[in-house]
Amino acid sequence: MNYFKHDFASLHELLVNKELSVTDLTQQTFDNIEKRDQKIGAFLNLNKAAALKQAAQLDQKGVAADNLLSGIPLGIKDNIVTKDLKTTAASKILENFNPIYDATVIEKLNALQTITVGKTNMDEFAMGGSTESSAFKLTKNAWDQTKVPGGSSGGSAAAVASGEVIAALGSDTGGSIRQPAAYNGIVGVKPTYGRVSRYGLIAFASSLDQIGPLTRTVRDNAILLNAISGLDPHDSTSSSHAIPDFTAKLDGNIKGMKIAIPKEYMGEGVDSEVREGIKNAIAVFEKLGATVDEVSLPHSKYGVPVYYIIASSEASSNLQRFDGIRYGHRAADVKNLEDVYVKSRSEGFGDEVKRRIMLGTFSLSAGTYDAFFKKAAQVRTLICRDFANVFNDYDLVLGPTSPTTAFGIGEDINDPITMYMNDILTIPVNLAGLPGMSLPAGFAKGLPIGMQLIANRFDEETMYRAGYAFEQATDFHKEVPTFGGQD
Amino acid sequence: MAISAGEVKHVAGLAKLAFTDEELQKFTGQMDDIIGMVQQLSEVDTDGIPVTTHITDSTSVMREDIAVSGTSREELMRNVPQHQDGYIKVPAIIDESEEA
Repeated sequence: MNYFKHDFASLHELLVNKELSVTDLTQQTFDNIEKRDQKIGAFLNLNKAAALKQAAQLDQKGVAADNLLSGIPLGIKDNIVTKDLKTTAASKILENFNPIYDATVIEKLNALQTITVGKTNMDEFAMGGSTESSAFKLTKNAWDQTKVPGGSSGGSAAAVASGEVIAALGSDTGGSIRQPAAYNGIVGVKPTYGRVSRYGLIAFASSLDQIGPLTRTVRDNAILLNAISGLDPHDSTSSSHAIPDFTAKLDGNIKGMKIAIPKEYMGEGVDSEVREGIKNAIAVFEKLGATVDEVSLPHSKYGVPVYYIIASSEASSNLQRFDGIRYGHRAADVKNLEDVYVKSRSEGFGDEVKRRIMLGTFSLSAGTYDAFFKKAAQVRTLICRDFANVFNDYDLVLGPTSPTTAFGIGEDINDPITMYMNDILTIPVNLAGLPGMSLPAGFAKGLPIGMQLIANRFDEETMYRAGYAFEQATDFHKEVPTFGGQD
Repeated sequence: MAISAGEVKHVAGLAKLAFTDEELQKFTGQMDDIIGMVQQLSEVDTDGIPVTTHITDSTSVMREDIAVSGTSREELMRNVPQHQDGYIKVPAIIDESEEA
């Protein structure tokens, strides 16, 4: 199946008209993966037998004409639990973990009869921006296999960008959907905090984590977000806010829309070619009738330190559950219970996870709590206020998704701080709980440039509307990566 | 140095992690860099600024007090590394050889 020539609607038409069976579509998706994944390395674990069985059942029943997602094969990030399908969060500590329940997003997708083809690679426990901290394998960028796919949802992004699947789910704590979407030239959305249930998402930083869709088009993204949104009794932070049809305003009309460009997002730290790409994108928005002004988000530069304290503190608390007792790796050769905890954790977690647990434990400990955790939580308030001020006057904030295009594999892995600075433009969005989208906005030396659109809380509609108008006015999303003659 | 190897070792103890001397040295250097980076927050005036620890307007929600069936013990035991007769098996809390 050539997913570069399809979207959900065109696949649905083939399935409803029985020009293609769900079984064929599913089999062809596994063929795509078989052909390309040796090069890309997007998947950790495939769900072939169960997926084909589910496809056969769907073929017997027939695909309902009013259910656009029925029979569509999807990739799922490996920190989203799937019943009876191994879920590891790319960590050795969960190497043999078989969940006994489905995450709420999976339940919702199952009810719509999508087909889970497999679990995608990621940074261990979603901690990282290159997918290199996975305990199991490297994933390569779909456009250049010497480059990282970004992270932490690097597997999901590379699987979609390389045409293995049409869409995938990821999770975003500080940019983990948007940055890999940018590096791979696809559309990735982190919804408003609370829009999507986190039940069954292996927790990293609970006040920041959100699940969201990675797709090749804005419309498909809107469709998939509609499918997974909503209040969930299992997640007390999920919201009862009304869920509009996110596709309703995809009409290309953004006349009079007010767009803000934070000067901090176009500054020195941003690569000149990326900045040029975003400037060209701004010109497109102006041509479409939007008004564009420069604004200031004065506390943006503190986003990275605030994030690393808050996210690590929450992680150090969340990851206490991995103790070798109820699930996950238990060390052999232990003398007492303390030994079980310490050895299981020390053997099971990788270095980046240990670094963050350590920073979090340090930030929360007596003597440092006020200067670290409390201070960061106060500056977080200032970051939220910066955005609130801008959204008093504007519909949308626009800037690059990442300061650079995809960097080389192995380039930053030993330098945590350089790695952390890659997230400087995405992190503030999580801290403020806002929705953010990355979409293709050009190329620099053959690598995709991602543009970020940020909307006010629960205003994904405006973000999708603007993203769609830009997509229709440009051809960047039609570019397709090549795989050294493999296809 | 913002943090010493001794402090890193203490924090590791709180986090139930153990490091070899070589790892401890590497982690101390990296922790020191990271703490140096996050300390730039001290330049921000936060007098009287409230903390933000979550982004949700939700308040406590009550549910009807209706009994529903939970997960079976068998299911719950499926991922337990060591169990016997429906119980999770762990080593003694106190090392018996040390007691003797």
